[in-house]
Amino acid sequence: MSQEQIELITIDALLEKVRAKKDQGCRLVQISATQLPGQIELTYSFDLNSQLTNLRLSLPGEEPHLPSISSIYLCAVLYENEIHDLFGVQVAGIAIDFKGKFYKTAIKFPFATAKLPCASSAAAPGATTPPATTGAPK
Amino acid sequence: MARTVIPFGPQHPVLPEPVHLDLVVEDEKVIEARPSIGFIHRGLEKLAETKDYIEFVYVAERICGICSFIHGQTYCQAVETIMNIAVPPRALYLRTIWGELSRIHSHLLWLGLMADGMGFESLFMHSWRMREKVLNIIEATTGGRVIFGSCKVGGVRRDINADMIKTILKDLDEIEKDLRSITSVFINDRSVKARLCGIGVLSKQEAYDLGCVGPMLRASGVAQDMRKLGYAAFKDIPVEPVTRTEGDSYARCAVRCEELFQSVNIIRQAFAKIPEGEITVKVTGNPTGETITRTEQPRGEVVYHLKANGTKNLQRFRVRTPTFANLPAMLKVLPGCDLADVPMIVLTIDPCISCTER
Repeated sequence: MSQEQIELITIDALLEKVRAKKDQGCRLVQISATQLPGQIELTYSFDLNSQLTNLRLSLPGEEPHLPSISSIYLCAVLYENEIHDLFGVQVAGIAIDFKGKFYKTAIKFPFATAKLPCASSAAAPGATTPPATTGAPK
Repeated sequence: MARTVIPFGPQHPVLPEPVHLDLVVEDEKVIEARPSIGFIHRGLEKLAETKDYIEFVYVAERICGICSFIHGQTYCQAVETIMNIAVPPRALYLRTIWGELSRIHSHLLWLGLMADGMGFESLFMHSWRMREKVLNIIEATTGGRVIFGSCKVGGVRRDINADMIKTILKDLDEIEKDLRSITSVFINDRSVKARLCGIGVLSKQEAYDLGCVGPMLRASGVAQDMRKLGYAAFKDIPVEPVTRTEGDSYARCAVRCEELFQSVNIIRQAFAKIPEGEITVKVTGNPTGETITRTEQPRGEVVYHLKANGTKNLQRFRVRTPTFANLPAMLKVLPGCDLADVPMIVLTIDPCISCTER
């Protein structure tokens, strides 16, 4: 993906930048989260006349939080609830907040680690105990 | 008037997959719809971190049991974009042909479910009878019927020879004739119109603002179709989006009916223009980079976000499916409708919850 299509922004500028996209007539295509070592990367994708542009910001890995854009794009509620339930990002002010009940997952915040421990590595001789950051089963 | 909350789903005769709605009603009028999904979240996206990126195609194909092929195709396209792989032109045409066959059988499946939902049983059976003919073509060319594993990174696994092309073209003539017959019922029948016209109206502006995609968006008058991006063989086969302006359930049905013939024409053009040559190239190394790839599923735009860091496992595999984008619009049009129309409105977005939750 070429760098021209991605605009790096800070969390403080998020609402202003998203509102500008809305004013331009852009459609919200998706919000994608990626767990990276020590941080969560968020990509907001917009479409205007079939051209895709993206806003990107990074959140700290510990207690990530961000403001909701659902007051600008109502359809963002699904993406924001998903990001909360899968990555543990606290999103403030979601227009329809499922409060962690959007997905009924066996593991709390299952995508909040860069890699889940797989069965084969856990069973391997001498394997170390996987980190407990995946959360306890409900 | 007293309000009553009626639970709708996750198990319901018109629902092929689990979605739950708490319908707040006054008498027979729906005042509010409170949704609940999340019953079948499988965490498929996370699997990309432990599966080889080449073998992961089979997982992508299993995101959906209906638009399976286009999921596999979109995944392959995304990896090929990151790795700058030049896919042989013949493979691109074959992908287009199987993709459009998938669109036809998906739309016929939906038309059948729609007919069944409104109690028109013979129309339901004819729709699915015709779908079998399309599945037979897919089976003859791939060995599978719905999930047929013909796409791979770098091309496709199977070719279609000249004799088979002649047979398929002949079959397509018959299928098109049958399609004219049943779509005329969906378009003209009085009882179908009575159940669909003016039901669940979504304006052009609402559809766009709520992020709708596919037939849901086009039925409200927005001419948006990702095939216009020119992926696969669509750079040689122009596609004009099928649109309606009414924005109601009938318009969504009519768009899908018209798209059946559009897909038949695309397949004919693809067979007429398909070049000779290889169907796959060898892929070596691991991907490094990132892409957001979009294609047009039967239900609308699907978005694949892939991020790779040079290992055999992807760093991030994220899919935004068409139903996910259409859910807000479904909730928008439910308030104000009659309770008896809820099944029709829910069906007209062609919901695929397995896709949505991945």
